[in-house]
Amino acid sequence: MVHWSAEEKQLISSVWGKVNVEECGAEALARLLIVYPWTQRFFDNFGNLSSPTAIIGNPKVRAHGKKVLTSFGEAIKNLDNLKATYSKLSELHCDKLHVDPENFRLLGDILVIVLAAHFGKDFTPSCQATWQKLVGVVAHALAHKYH
Amino acid sequence: MVLSAADKTNVKGVFAKIGGHAEDYGAETLERMFAAYPQTKTYFPHFDLGKGSAQVKGHGKKVAAALVEAANHIDDIAGALSKLSDLHAQKLRVDPVNFKLLGQCFLVVVACHNPALLTPEVHASLDKFLCAVGNVLTAKYR
Repeated sequence: MVHWSAEEKQLISSVWGKVNVEECGAEALARLLIVYPWTQRFFDNFGNLSSPTAIIGNPKVRAHGKKVLTSFGEAIKNLDNLKATYSKLSELHCDKLHVDPENFRLLGDILVIVLAAHFGKDFTPSCQATWQKLVGVVAHALAHKYH
Repeated sequence: MVLSAADKTNVKGVFAKIGGHAEDYGAETLERMFAAYPQTKTYFPHFDLGKGSAQVKGHGKKVAAALVEAANHIDDIAGALSKLSDLHAQKLRVDPVNFKLLGQCFLVVVACHNPALLTPEVHASLDKFLCAVGNVLTAKYR
């Protein structure tokens, strides 16, 4: 089980409290699809992903980004029980969606960059360290049921 | 992975905007890397890694200078960083996985200080550039 210090929990909740889940989720997913275009392989039915502008404006990308980050919010509420929280989602990503767990790590790194752009200097090195740990742990939990 | 003409323009634009802050960005990149990825400290047992360390500042300046050099010779990064590539292969032997970690932290630094600069397109170009630099530095490892 992952241990979270009081300081880490504080850094997570204070950042999360100021995040617009819809905007942030949309931006993170759009950037994933733009910066690592091979990730588009999972979204054939999303319509127009032909350019950064198309991706950013794509309503399915926005909606899915919101869904993904909302789920992330669940993780934050259950920091001490992540594997159980994501057990079913992990099975889904393996058995139905067939997503290589490396993609969770890529999205996590992108999320950190989106937060950095949003919070600027307030996103201190300790803050980044805590969030890199969080996205890593979430990625690990999502990969846990893979077989 | 190939840098397009647009990528090169985007990267040069970033470094032009960063300008004289490159050294500070280098130091902050290292500081963030040591905090977020403590295993990277294993390459610096001889350094004082405390806050404000002069050694970290000095090393950050070197790292930044190399990135600036690569950006200034973006059509031939391998040529521009050839000596540095030899150094990493023969002496430093930093495990290749760490260049990605450094790259992530550099992107975070740029994002923190210049959010408007790091549009998705520029983000993509800069990420590709940093990968290219990492590839050059590890190219002669074996």
